[in-house]
Amino acid sequence: MRLRRLTPWTFLAPALIGIVVFFGYPLLSAVYFSFTKFDLLTVPEWVGLANYRRMGEDPYLLQSIRNTLWMVAVLVPLRIVGAIGLSLLLTQLRRGAGFFRTIFYLPALAPPVAATIAFVYLLKPGTGPVNAFLARLGIEGPLWFNSPDWSKPSLVLLGLWGIGDLMIIFLAAVLGVPASLYEAAALDGANAWHRFRYVTLPTIQPVILFATVTGVIYTLQYFDQAAVAGSIASGQAVTGGGISSSFGFPEGSTFTYPLWLYTVGFRYNALGYANAMAVALFVVALAVTVILLRRAKAFSGEEQ
Amino acid sequence: MNKRIPPARKSLVAAATALLLTAACTPAPKEQKIADPGTEVSGTVELWHFFTEREAAAIDTVIKDFTATHPNIKVTVKPGQDDSKMTQAIGAGNGPDIGLSYSTDIVGKFCSSGAWVDLAPYIARDKVDLNRLNATTRSYTEFGGKRCAMPFLADAYGMFYNKDLFAAAGIAAPPKTLDELAEDAKKLTVRNKDGSLKRVGFLPLFDFYENAAAHLAPAVGAKWLTADGKSAVGADPAWKTLLTWQKNLVDWYGYDNLQKFRAGLGDEFSADNAFQKGQVAINVDAEYRLAFVKDQAPNLKYGVAPLPTSDPARYGGGYVTGNIVGISKNAKNPEAAWELIKYLTTDDKTIVKLANALKNVPTTTGAIGDPGLQVEPEFKTFMDIFANPNSLTSPPAASGPAYQETFGTFVTNWQSGKVKDLDAGLADADKQINSVMTLGG
Repeated sequence: MRLRRLTPWTFLAPALIGIVVFFGYPLLSAVYFSFTKFDLLTVPEWVGLANYRRMGEDPYLLQSIRNTLWMVAVLVPLRIVGAIGLSLLLTQLRRGAGFFRTIFYLPALAPPVAATIAFVYLLKPGTGPVNAFLARLGIEGPLWFNSPDWSKPSLVLLGLWGIGDLMIIFLAAVLGVPASLYEAAALDGANAWHRFRYVTLPTIQPVILFATVTGVIYTLQYFDQAAVAGSIASGQAVTGGGISSSFGFPEGSTFTYPLWLYTVGFRYNALGYANAMAVALFVVALAVTVILLRRAKAFSGEEQ
Repeated sequence: MNKRIPPARKSLVAAATALLLTAACTPAPKEQKIADPGTEVSGTVELWHFFTEREAAAIDTVIKDFTATHPNIKVTVKPGQDDSKMTQAIGAGNGPDIGLSYSTDIVGKFCSSGAWVDLAPYIARDKVDLNRLNATTRSYTEFGGKRCAMPFLADAYGMFYNKDLFAAAGIAAPPKTLDELAEDAKKLTVRNKDGSLKRVGFLPLFDFYENAAAHLAPAVGAKWLTADGKSAVGADPAWKTLLTWQKNLVDWYGYDNLQKFRAGLGDEFSADNAFQKGQVAINVDAEYRLAFVKDQAPNLKYGVAPLPTSDPARYGGGYVTGNIVGISKNAKNPEAAWELIKYLTTDDKTIVKLANALKNVPTTTGAIGDPGLQVEPEFKTFMDIFANPNSLTSPPAASGPAYQETFGTFVTNWQSGKVKDLDAGLADADKQINSVMTLGG
């Protein structure tokens, strides 16, 4: 009898142990360390809320928050709109859909670091082929990753290029819309826009929600591409002083929240403060998720 | 047991309890015990270093020499390790016996936290004469009066100039003062018809290649930190001299022109390096550039010289930094570790061999004067810069490079014109730096 009660737990054990060891424990220790001054090498010293209080008056933190919010506000919606658009186009194709699906998906397979390096070189003013091509058309290309005004839009371009992962998910969702609904709508005299607005969109709404939540969380943690783009564009790809000296290049325009977190933690040895930043990031990501889920329920009128 | 304690005593007891508690929380410094002089050293010692490929092979040869003369000591070498890995390993209690790092940034933290042990007892026991070490290298291997590292070869920074372009512009000798540098830079600059830059005499942007503020500081003798470890950038007028000079030159080119020109230049460590391609006529760089030029641009006619200065009396120096080596606090075999460090950092013949192989500057007076050292004329210039008393380094701090990088942000804002009032800006930078520095250790 007792054995039977234990059975489900034994089956659950691998997952539970995983959650406790790799999520619960690190989270709790991050919360603990966020109240300390800690450098990995000496015993943490309890400082209460000092780290959190500092966050209000840290100009680099504010700058990194501004950059990160910019990325969230621009990259996430554009990626979703782009992925929906592409998947709709693919469903309209009578021939070669498989071919284009593969072509659009391929960039998503490129490792982010390699893709970023390639992008920076392609867009490099003076030597890159993109501006050379634009010059032929009589257009003077921008400085892309070398301009503080263009560096974030360039990162967005990079994000849109690697849209394949999201496109595949939307493609599945769009293909999953029952054909009978479209037929019924067509009988009622709905045009293409109506069919999209009143049939496709409500049906794929849960997928949009999923894409928004994962997109926001992913963009809040935006690190690799910003770090690599800054480093390559600055022309100092290998410096003895370590990569963080070129973080945010040019003029701090690509300096995202996780880059500052990494710098204070692993370059300035302020792991207490870095942990406080990590906890704040976790709280924000959680809050955004909760709000999005609530709003989505309100919109769809579902109450499960 | 419950005796009444008079109020005055009460606070005393409380204070004592608090003291005891804090003492209990911070681990008492482990008493460092070292062997008596003459004790035979043996066992295995593990060395972590950051070199790879050709350079790692050079280290291996020297280690082989060491084990030949010290048959009782076995050395395990782990190449390609970086500082953060070493920090984590030491924090987790299994750091390597010896760590060899490329960055003096860690000295402050490793000394103050005790992650690397104090080498003073070993130095005293074995009667190692530290005065044989170059003074600048001595300064960046200790922190707060604690010597926890030894210098392992060094880098010296100076000025590279393109002799062909100098001849074409009718300039006879390399600039010695900042004014001459600006003048020559203007003469050497070539513009396109539309006003954009075709070639730049000297590219003064602080985030270009090796133009970091630390590398240019010796031009004006600027100080980073006060004696008590606070930011000195606002108080030291030398910074103002450098920044004003720099901004004037930036404005002569036009900031946007420079940005555009720089965006088209190749990567610093690629064959497309702008100096090697003649796109920039004068460049600040270190002695390791000599090997790159030899390899990537063998036909380039160039010369090297010390950094131009604001005051001619201070001419001759440049920026100096180097690799460092130390013993982890949880080293399993500190005695053997010290034996190897002593061999690598104080034995002249070994240093000469390493300097010849890695093309870095040797750090002991004996090695510098050794006839076995391969000294081409250009390399000699860097050795002179290295030995010059006007040379400066970036001082160790518990928060690592925080002060330099915070100032780096300020100077990029300055050169782009975002900072209008330099005095107010520098005062603000002081505040920022002091604030960032209290975050860490």
